[in-house]
Amino acid sequence: MDIHEYQAKEILSGYGIKIAEGGLAYSPEDAVQRAREIGGHIWAVKAQIHSGARGKAGGIKICKTHDEVEAAADTLLGRRLVTHQTGPAGKVCGRLYVEAGTEIAQELYFCLLVDRSSERIVMVGSAQGGMDIEELAVTNPDAIIKIYIDPAVGLQDFQARKMAFKLGLDAEVISHAVKTIKGCYNALRTLDVSMLEINPLVVTKNGELIALDAKMGFDDNALFRQLKISELRDKSQEDPREMAAADRGLSYVGLDGDIGCMINGAGLAMATMDMIKLAGGEPANFLDVGGGASAERTEKAFRLVLADKNVKAMLVNIFAGINRCDWIAEGVVHAVRKIDMKIPLIVRLSGTNVEEGRRIIAESGLPIITADTLAEAAEKAVQARNEVVAKEAAGA
Amino acid sequence: MAILINETTRIIVQGFTGKIGSFHAQDMINYGSNVVGGVTPGKGGQTHLGLPVFNTVKAAVKQVGAEASIIFVPPAFAADSIMEAADAGIKYCVSITDGIPTQDMMTVKNFLRRFPVEERMILTGPNCAGTISPERAMLGIMPGHIYMRGNVGIVGRSGTLGYEAADQMKRLGIGISSSVGIGGDPINGSSHRDILEMFENDPETKVVLMIGEIGGPQEVEAGLFAQAHMTKPVIAYIAGLTAPEGRRMGHAGAIISSAGESAAEKVALLREMGVTICPTPAAMGATVAEVLARL
Repeated sequence: MDIHEYQAKEILSGYGIKIAEGGLAYSPEDAVQRAREIGGHIWAVKAQIHSGARGKAGGIKICKTHDEVEAAADTLLGRRLVTHQTGPAGKVCGRLYVEAGTEIAQELYFCLLVDRSSERIVMVGSAQGGMDIEELAVTNPDAIIKIYIDPAVGLQDFQARKMAFKLGLDAEVISHAVKTIKGCYNALRTLDVSMLEINPLVVTKNGELIALDAKMGFDDNALFRQLKISELRDKSQEDPREMAAADRGLSYVGLDGDIGCMINGAGLAMATMDMIKLAGGEPANFLDVGGGASAERTEKAFRLVLADKNVKAMLVNIFAGINRCDWIAEGVVHAVRKIDMKIPLIVRLSGTNVEEGRRIIAESGLPIITADTLAEAAEKAVQARNEVVAKEAAGA
Repeated sequence: MAILINETTRIIVQGFTGKIGSFHAQDMINYGSNVVGGVTPGKGGQTHLGLPVFNTVKAAVKQVGAEASIIFVPPAFAADSIMEAADAGIKYCVSITDGIPTQDMMTVKNFLRRFPVEERMILTGPNCAGTISPERAMLGIMPGHIYMRGNVGIVGRSGTLGYEAADQMKRLGIGISSSVGIGGDPINGSSHRDILEMFENDPETKVVLMIGEIGGPQEVEAGLFAQAHMTKPVIAYIAGLTAPEGRRMGHAGAIISSAGESAAEKVALLREMGVTICPTPAAMGATVAEVLARL
């Protein structure tokens, strides 16, 4: 789960990390009011969306008058911002963070994350902050500092000092840098953070170290013990179909194709999507119904897939282990009848109680196309989709 | 031989008396696994499914000689159960539990590393379907009847995709020595590489099928190991060719996070390392058959 910049900053400031003065705004009037409260002569008006690279997408505006703040807020609120991290659909900006302008002397990059290879938390820094860190990692890997943290003893002061010195900080900033780095680490450990990124971490002309941006992502598996963090969820930043699926215990990712899928298991789902593509089709979604798919759950999964109006045919591929094919078959028959499905449905069942499952489908009298193997299922789905498209073309 | 488990392995179930634990314990017993009891703290001394229940794993090791355990306890308590098993002297543990926090798994791995290698418990999972040595023993939740005994080792992240592979092979008359699910989480007990090493040392296994997916470094690390240390052919399928970058596809592990972690990149790297690639997920069985025919 991701949170907004302003939320991350509020959390981090509780762990001793210095941030610029700022406030939240939901309207241009709010934004001007925040600028007045903050005072000074320069403000940054920042779109709050769950994505990095907002600056490049025009999501951050530097303003020198209250009128400029108002105009910036007016432009940004309600606007859909597209960055390379949001996907083509972009994300709508519903709130702004108005922040005091900062006079920057030095821009740094800092982040903490769980490294899968070493199974440790790794601290990553670069003296060249602000710019595209992914690009830097490729063009100049030596400019990236990595320090691994031993989980048995946690982050030590000497490691934080080492990072601070390698970042090229002046001696007078070092102790503050150590405090900042340790604060970030403590937040990560305490709150089950999976990724914490400050880009840029800046040294101001007054010699202060400030987190000018902050991104935090949390381990979904740990949200059960981080109730305060769960409350920070902003559903407007998440795909509504994915949210609806998650609320029903299903895992759904919408894609651009037109063959809807319902599969059990993430690996089999990805493999089935690959197979559809190899057969000449494009999957409309990833949908893992998981184990224990009841009739209600199957119906919900069908509704979710069919809510995408691009879907021209639907493929169900279930390899039953904990599930049983007869339960799935009953669920499918029930869903098709209840929803009054109009598009072709291809069902492939395998595993526990497969004969019983196939019998239920056959005896239902419904026009369900069945397949024995994965390859056959994908081919039949693509063929059915092509027939629908050809018919539509002939009709038009 | 097979790896990790066989018909004599003395198995206990942690989370034995719960609904899911009971269901799968019975299924494993029906398959022929040597289940000798279970652990549910507070229910020690009772009998469940005709077998003794213990309060602690230590008691189960002492009294019924438990060697392997399977974990069905809820995610909030699973890491603790895994560490209890390791501390009690269990040799091999499968964690079926899905949804264990990443930091808990870091703690588990750190705890396991404190033991000298020869005394260290082997862990597979979490978030996996378990391990089966067909027609001998099952320590998992898979449909046992789709697996035929033979000479092909399978290691994979995904449960149902592993079933698909076993099913394709059975249709072609190809059997399996052992099939091991390592789970879809970012931090797991054993890696593809660890299991490849076991198959290399198992006389019964002639070839290995590795079923990977997008995200993480484990498939490529396994490929490097196979290239440098394995005499047996390795075949691989990598799921997720159609997965868009940066999108999460169900498994916490399947996040494309850096170069070399997309399905296409993994396939190219593995091919360079001499691994035979299954062109499609429907061709896993056929590709194994071709490699076996060349032996």
